[in-house]
Amino acid sequence: MKNIPISALIGLFFTGLYFLTALLAPWIAPYGMGEIVGDVWEPSSSEYLLGTDSIGRDLLSRMIYGGRTTIFIATAATILSFVTGSVLGFLAAVVGGWIDQVLSRFVDLMMSIPTLIFALVVLSVTPVTIPMLILVMGLLDATRVYRLARAVAVDINVMDYVEAAKLRGEGRGWIIFREILPNALSPLVAELGLRFIFMVLFLSTLSFLGLGVQPPEADWGGIVKENKEGIVYGIPAAIVPAVAIATLAISVNLVADWVLNRTTSLKGGRGG
Amino acid sequence: MVNLLSVKDLKIGATVYPPGEKPHDIEIVKGVSFDLEPGMVLGLIGESGAGKSTIGLSAMAYGRGGVKITGGEVWLNDRDILKGGVRGLRALRGAEVTYVAQSAAAAFNPAKKLMEQIVEATLEHGRASRSEAEARAVELFRKLGLPNPETFGERYPHQVSGGQLQRAMTALALCPQPDLVIFDEPTTALDVTTQIDVLSAIKEAIRDTGVAALYITHDLAVVAQVSDHIMVLRHGEMVEYGTTDHIINTPQEEYTQALVSVRSIEHEEKAPAGDPLLKVDGVTARYRGTNFDVLKNINVELYQGQTLALVGESGSGKSTMARAITGLLEPTQGSIHFAGRTLSHYLANRSKEDLRELQMIYQMADVAMNPRQTVGTIIGRPLEFYFGLTGAEKRKRIIELLDEIELGEGFMDRYPAELSGGQKQRVCIARALAAKPKLIICDEVTSALDPLVADGILKLLLNLQKIENVAYLFITHDIATVRAIADSIAVMYQGNVVRYGQKSQVLSPPFDDYTDLLLSSVPEMELGWLERVVSSRKMVSAGN
Amino acid sequence: MHPVILLIAQRIALGLLLLLASSALIFAGTQILPGDVAQAILGQSATPEALENLRRDLGLNDPALTRYFNWLFGAIQGDLGTALTNGKDIAESMGYRLKNTLFLAACAAIVSVPLAIFLGLLAVRYHGRWPDKAISGVTLASISVPEFLIGYIVVYFIAVKLGMFSPLAMVNDSMSFWDKLNAVALPVLVLTLVVLAHMMRMTRAAILNVMQSAYIETAELKGLSSFKIIYRHAFPNAIAPIVNVVMLNLAYLVVGVVVIEVVFVYPGMGQYLVDHVSKRDVPVVQACGLIFAAVYIGMNMIADIVSILANPRLRHPK
Repeated sequence: MKNIPISALIGLFFTGLYFLTALLAPWIAPYGMGEIVGDVWEPSSSEYLLGTDSIGRDLLSRMIYGGRTTIFIATAATILSFVTGSVLGFLAAVVGGWIDQVLSRFVDLMMSIPTLIFALVVLSVTPVTIPMLILVMGLLDATRVYRLARAVAVDINVMDYVEAAKLRGEGRGWIIFREILPNALSPLVAELGLRFIFMVLFLSTLSFLGLGVQPPEADWGGIVKENKEGIVYGIPAAIVPAVAIATLAISVNLVADWVLNRTTSLKGGRGG
Repeated sequence: MVNLLSVKDLKIGATVYPPGEKPHDIEIVKGVSFDLEPGMVLGLIGESGAGKSTIGLSAMAYGRGGVKITGGEVWLNDRDILKGGVRGLRALRGAEVTYVAQSAAAAFNPAKKLMEQIVEATLEHGRASRSEAEARAVELFRKLGLPNPETFGERYPHQVSGGQLQRAMTALALCPQPDLVIFDEPTTALDVTTQIDVLSAIKEAIRDTGVAALYITHDLAVVAQVSDHIMVLRHGEMVEYGTTDHIINTPQEEYTQALVSVRSIEHEEKAPAGDPLLKVDGVTARYRGTNFDVLKNINVELYQGQTLALVGESGSGKSTMARAITGLLEPTQGSIHFAGRTLSHYLANRSKEDLRELQMIYQMADVAMNPRQTVGTIIGRPLEFYFGLTGAEKRKRIIELLDEIELGEGFMDRYPAELSGGQKQRVCIARALAAKPKLIICDEVTSALDPLVADGILKLLLNLQKIENVAYLFITHDIATVRAIADSIAVMYQGNVVRYGQKSQVLSPPFDDYTDLLLSSVPEMELGWLERVVSSRKMVSAGN
Repeated sequence: MHPVILLIAQRIALGLLLLLASSALIFAGTQILPGDVAQAILGQSATPEALENLRRDLGLNDPALTRYFNWLFGAIQGDLGTALTNGKDIAESMGYRLKNTLFLAACAAIVSVPLAIFLGLLAVRYHGRWPDKAISGVTLASISVPEFLIGYIVVYFIAVKLGMFSPLAMVNDSMSFWDKLNAVALPVLVLTLVVLAHMMRMTRAAILNVMQSAYIETAELKGLSSFKIIYRHAFPNAIAPIVNVVMLNLAYLVVGVVVIEVVFVYPGMGQYLVDHVSKRDVPVVQACGLIFAAVYIGMNMIADIVSILANPRLRHPK
């Protein structure tokens, strides 16, 4: 663990910072989430570090609470997508046969419709609540995780060492958990980071379109939506959450990149 | 006589990027010098990592990947090409010096016709007009024994066979009428019966055109057929240099002597005794979704403590046979009897005892071991799984096995990536032995190894057979290996066993046509072997 | 029949099958609620009469399968039904918006495709040096930023701070072509930024893959110049992967349009879809979903067909 490159350290630092802020939001935020404390769109001052928003709430406090919502939903959806996608992907790869056929063709079909479009179709009839958002985002994204998990597991499943285990008479449990999983873990962990970023962007986009987190609650995408009129008057309040989204995404990306590189160098190994 | 090529104190380095360490420079070639006269052939021989390809490419001042020439001089036609600059090099490559790659299949552009690629360098350097160049190419096709030489160039690379492509690559190298051709393992990827044709075609083409050549290979018997001089390399340094006769017949250095005497293991064949341990009875098999049999009515037997070698070229069905016996591919007809029982065709229906007594060792030891498990875990798992050994008892047995494969206790906590190729294969052998099997299937277990390392593995296997009284089903394409290890032999060709019996009987005349072709195609470490075989074949075909 | 024709016919058949299946999926997507769609649309306070009316309008009293086939056969004949919110014919309202969206996407493609290929080539030419690293950095940044954010940054700096172009991209039929181009300048810029990085990175990977082939080494050892190596040997093999990259990104672009249209209040399909999702106008949402899916599937199909056509092994069978 000692040779962490500087880019990964920066990534780890900011990722940690955002998650901590999300956890400790009520103790850190200077004002309440919906508390109107000043005039509309006040510039940044010592009182309001990031200024105020379209109806005079402290932007920094809203950012902190909004980040909590964004990170919570994205994390929950990522976990859902990962658990569903990787369990089914591994199952399809190891069992094969009709289970693999049915699952894979269904995923092909799901992926033939752009995710955002399909999410909009579903959200047009479902109540837009946080659990529903998590469910829709998580399940739609599970198709991507399924593809990766299946591909990785299929690659490993044809290795001679897995064949050797089968010839030894090992059960399916040993093969999945002792032979395949340890070798599939690194690419999956790196993918976890990328999926999380995708969830943050996806949720922000939905909220920005007015189809994500509903007022008075707000996530970062929602804060952009609330303040977008200000842009035309040269008020950058809508840019602030956008910057937060981008820095979080870049940080997680840096960490994921590092995990992935570590994997490839392990494969290379010595004497290879 | 003036030298065509003169290499002086050549040093070549590369930057390596080991995981978890800072990138650093290593020296691949450590001060090598040699001269080559016009029209002569110099063989560069060595094991993998000896730097032979790197030295060969330095005659074109070319470094593959991150490889850089760091010192010395390379004189070609009386000028130092390392000082020629980019333009000088371009003028030289493809004109004065040309290159024949190991894998012609990869070295030809898949999107262009062969003729276009073969005459390209000639036209580029203005060494002939298009019509002259094409006429020259057709002439070369004819000389190299390619079918329909007039129209051969109209084909795309994927439309011709591997052996033909390798000859087309030779035509590509000879078309500009260069002074020097670098042959980089041109026959290594070919089957042995194809290799001899390509080899003799190359040799004739060299002789007829009077071109000089550097011939790079790991196979001393092959290089002995084509070169005038041989340089033996090891770890980037020259071990010995001399005429081919000198290197083959009176080598001075210990390393060269070892290379010459490799594969000369003597093994006295054992006669069948008692009931057969394995009896393959009329087995026919095909892959799912295909409609032709890859195994056709196979009948062979193997006795306890003995070795049956399955010999054949790629596509002969020898590896499929291993899959049928292990239960990975269900035969469509026939039965397999093992240790007095009839084995189920399905892996899932075999008893734990069936599985334990029948172990397997693979060709690629790298992928036969889980990279995330230590050597101790890898060898320990069968002990735990079949015998329920744990703790100190298991550890003791692992150490015993490590001693048996001549590695020792120190290897227990290492990961596969930390082992050399030969060590990896030894660990795989230990894993098979741990199950105390009656039969081990060895699928090309020495093919991926350097000759000396392979020799060590074969000796170990023979030794273990004596101690453990285990039988081997030894699958290989290499006749020398068969001679070294087998008691009985089955020669396979297109899914059939064409010849089967005790080793002495299979390897002595009268032969069937295929076995004759196969046996006579194996290069022997002897001057003039190639001419002898080729002329005797010509006589046979003239006689027909 | 030539095997290539057979393969292409198969691929087209697969595309049609996918489209059919995705229409079923889109239809099913609006039926997944365990309760009543009409209730969900009108909310808890709706009167029983209003609910019954809506049910009848939506045909909810018929079984789902019947409704699906009615909808599907209508769609095949160009009848996408009527909008719940204003009772207008959907196909008619959509035609004009689809034209606008395709205009926007086409403008973005014309700018971004050549630019991405050029920059991808540049990154390969200077592989591992600063232009390559700069391109990798920009890619990382741009895949980490949501589309609407790029939109607002562009509006903030170019339209507001520099006072160039309008922050709102209003177009109508009476505008001249030149005025239209002027109006879509900012959305095109944003869309270009959105797809550029992806396309560039994938182009770079495709060309690098070709450049590392053994036949490129053969060409180098023939003494050819870098230009001839790229032009004669790399290009013929890189064309298929590059066309593939372009098609996949154009498919992505068509989806990216949805968000950008909202940012710039552009009267296209995306705006139309998003508006009607919040109004819970199910027939419009279904129709838009079907059109987007058709474009997306079509692009992917073209990408695959180009790959088949460019493969010498398939074009010149043994």
